[in-house]
Amino acid sequence: MRAVAPIKAGPLRSEQIILFRIGEQLFALSSSSVQEVRSADSLSGRAYEINAPGIDKVRQFVRRGPNTLFLVSGAAHFGLSAPDGILVFVLRNTRTALLVDSIERMTAITRLQALPLSFCHEERQWYRGLTALDQTVVPVVRPEGFLSDHELMMLDAALPLPEVSSQETEAQEDTDFGAELN
Amino acid sequence: MTVSADLEMKSFVLLRLGERRFAVAADGTAELVAPSRVFRFPHNTAQIEGVILRRGRIVPVCDIAERLIGQYLTARRFYLIALRHYGQRTEWVALPVTGECELINAELMPASASDEPHVAGWLSHGGDVIEVLNLDALTPGPNEFMPNQGLQNQLRARGARPGETQARP
Repeated sequence: MRAVAPIKAGPLRSEQIILFRIGEQLFALSSSSVQEVRSADSLSGRAYEINAPGIDKVRQFVRRGPNTLFLVSGAAHFGLSAPDGILVFVLRNTRTALLVDSIERMTAITRLQALPLSFCHEERQWYRGLTALDQTVVPVVRPEGFLSDHELMMLDAALPLPEVSSQETEAQEDTDFGAELN
Repeated sequence: MTVSADLEMKSFVLLRLGERRFAVAADGTAELVAPSRVFRFPHNTAQIEGVILRRGRIVPVCDIAERLIGQYLTARRFYLIALRHYGQRTEWVALPVTGECELINAELMPASASDEPHVAGWLSHGGDVIEVLNLDALTPGPNEFMPNQGLQNQLRARGARPGETQARP
């Protein structure tokens, strides 16, 4: 009879996150999903107004070569009564540039608890889950949860023609400002 | 055989919300805990106040008082941690209660067709007739897990209180 080898618990997998604030509220975001951190000022000079019906959280966009990024007010997205943030997270593999107030710190988490099923509205799209850090609970946001496919379609439809805004394309200036992450 | 002989004695936890008492099946409860810090973050589920940390788990706090007695609880003494079923899954939910809870044995009288979906049945205790709660119909959850009537009630309630769909930081 062959003895079964005991299963060793592997090392805990950790995930690097950025803790940030919108107003007073603390959120977490996987650092691998943040492509760049910029000051809002560095983008706003090259941002254009956009007005898509029913999508009040997006009031500006920037063109980057063939791509268009939409500046999403984190406060408006989460329904917080805070002014638009002064920092921008350009989120990897999305068309979202998220306005936040401040970065609290970077840290690592080893456990992400799924959002309890009692939460049954838009928050299920907003959050990947919750994590407990230093005896507090922080929601971990889902990068692709800021703009739905439908909202992107509406925003694309509201974009002005490219030639109107092409002069200020910032393709060559991408690395001039802010910090590249990862 | 009498009707009462058909009824089975079961264990229930009596909980108090304001001046009223309700019951939940004892095997659907986990523990009674002292109030602890409620962590709040933006969401749109009106009945959920936030979450508490309990034994390393993050447990949503669901105020059922507004629906049962028509007002939110202002004075709270404990959280009753109860089990909420979502299909095959079970999760903890923390119910704020006023006053201490009591474990009793009683006969469950089944709910009638005219009872609200959140009424699992009735029991008689200390001269009172007490509602036994069906937490699956009383607390929120994704639509696919909700009984039809519970969903209809929630939609009705939501329609009556449109302001409550705002995020509650």
